[in-house]
Amino acid sequence: MRYAMAVDTKKCVGCSDCVVACQAENNVPHGYAREWVVELVEGSYPNLEMELRSERCNHCDNAPCVRCCPTGASHIVEGGIVLVEHNKCIGCGACITSCPYDARYSHPEGYVDKCTFCEHLVKEGEDPACVAVCPTKCLYFGDLDDPRSEVSKVIKNRKYKTLIPEAGTDPQIFFLT
Amino acid sequence: MREELIISGRMNPNIDPVLHIWHWQIPLYLFLGGLAAGVLFFAALYTILGRGKELKGAVQYAPFVAPVALVLGLFALFLDLKHQLYFWRLYTTIKLQSPMSWGAWTLLAITPLSFIWAALNIRIIFPNWDWRFRWLKDFEAFCRKHIIKISWVILVLSVILGIYTGILFSAFNARPLWNTSILGPLFLTSGLSTGAAVIILFSKSHKERLLFSRIDLVLIIVEIFFIVHMFMGFLASTQVQIDAASLFLGGPFTAQFWIFVVFLGLLLPAVLEALELAKFKIPAVIPATLVLFGGIMFRFIIANAGQVSRWLY
Ligand code: SF4
Ligand code: SF4
Repeated sequence: MRYAMAVDTKKCVGCSDCVVACQAENNVPHGYAREWVVELVEGSYPNLEMELRSERCNHCDNAPCVRCCPTGASHIVEGGIVLVEHNKCIGCGACITSCPYDARYSHPEGYVDKCTFCEHLVKEGEDPACVAVCPTKCLYFGDLDDPRSEVSKVIKNRKYKTLIPEAGTDPQIFFLT
Repeated sequence: MREELIISGRMNPNIDPVLHIWHWQIPLYLFLGGLAAGVLFFAALYTILGRGKELKGAVQYAPFVAPVALVLGLFALFLDLKHQLYFWRLYTTIKLQSPMSWGAWTLLAITPLSFIWAALNIRIIFPNWDWRFRWLKDFEAFCRKHIIKISWVILVLSVILGIYTGILFSAFNARPLWNTSILGPLFLTSGLSTGAAVIILFSKSHKERLLFSRIDLVLIIVEIFFIVHMFMGFLASTQVQIDAASLFLGGPFTAQFWIFVVFLGLLLPAVLEALELAKFKIPAVIPATLVLFGGIMFRFIIANAGQVSRWLY
């Protein structure tokens, strides 16, 4: 099993509903974000192109944050989901520094926190909160090893990219372009 | 003109707009760790070489600094932790892929040894010191008997500790400025150099000071050589590493790096030490203090600049 997510940059309108849903579902403290929307404008005026991306931890296959963790608090569970065990984390910040996507943050209570792919929901067969709430249905979640899952199908039929694959972390969030 | 504008909705404290998760604690910890490694390295080395009697500064006086530096360094590391009550979790596992982990274990081994070393020399400060308890006296006799073996252990551990202070940074692929394996030997050399500087400050014999000025001069030349190599490596590498190097070559860290680290911390003390060896009268305190100053600035600047260098927007 290999959980992954696809983000349709052509359908996303940048409403940030996913961000709010995540904050509500996971009790993310005020002023912090486990996921965020990036707006990228490129080109030379007047020929400009805009891309909207809902970003979060990439649940990398080759995760440097797990490797550098001195206590084993950062670990990988079934389906490749990268998690932090709060009462093993000493808050040293090594994992925050090791993530090329800056996907982690230091929770005001001291431990490090990040996107969990809503593991507590996924375990029960539900979608992560961001996927469930997206009004344009531009987020797809599922098992890459299952060719019939939504994410496998959409990746098969569409062009996509990952973010900074050259950093060598093997990210598992696919941006449909 | 082709332009790119990126707006991110993320505004996590200490992460955005640039990463600043490690403040003064980590560079201070690395400086003190490297300095203790340097002091202990020379103490152990000259004990093994059987020159303890003649090099009192290196083998007897300066090592008193090591336990103090290590304890202060560990305290700085502790202050850096944000989930401090769980500190002990560091010592419930060994993760060889995590420098933070094996570094913490190295410190756990070398700190008590540095205390033992200081305890063996306590009679320099209190000539009539008496250990009172039988078992302490036995332990002292045991250590004195096996001093060469202990020195070998300290020698190896101090090299590991010195390299670790650099590898802690270089293991992070996400920060292109740190991601160069030369940081290990570079920090080790710099640690040895600060150790030599401490010995110069503590030594009472002119001959010993000259010896360590000579050693320090060689170490500084090696350091400069490593720094040149570091920049050559960056400039011949990928765009992110070229960008990382440019932080020091015209970017925001240019002035501090070249003035504080290279000029005041390396070139000037090297010239002063060379003059001293050429029999000019130079108070040894000046180059030694400059080396210590340069060592601390070096770690602060690398820590801060590394967190600014990045792959993505
Ligand atoms: S995106 Fe960052 S935090 Fe997430 S798995 Fe990859 S390296 Fe770790
Ligand atoms: S901050 Fe916590 S999760 Fe991150 S590396 Fe340190 S102990 Fe591990």
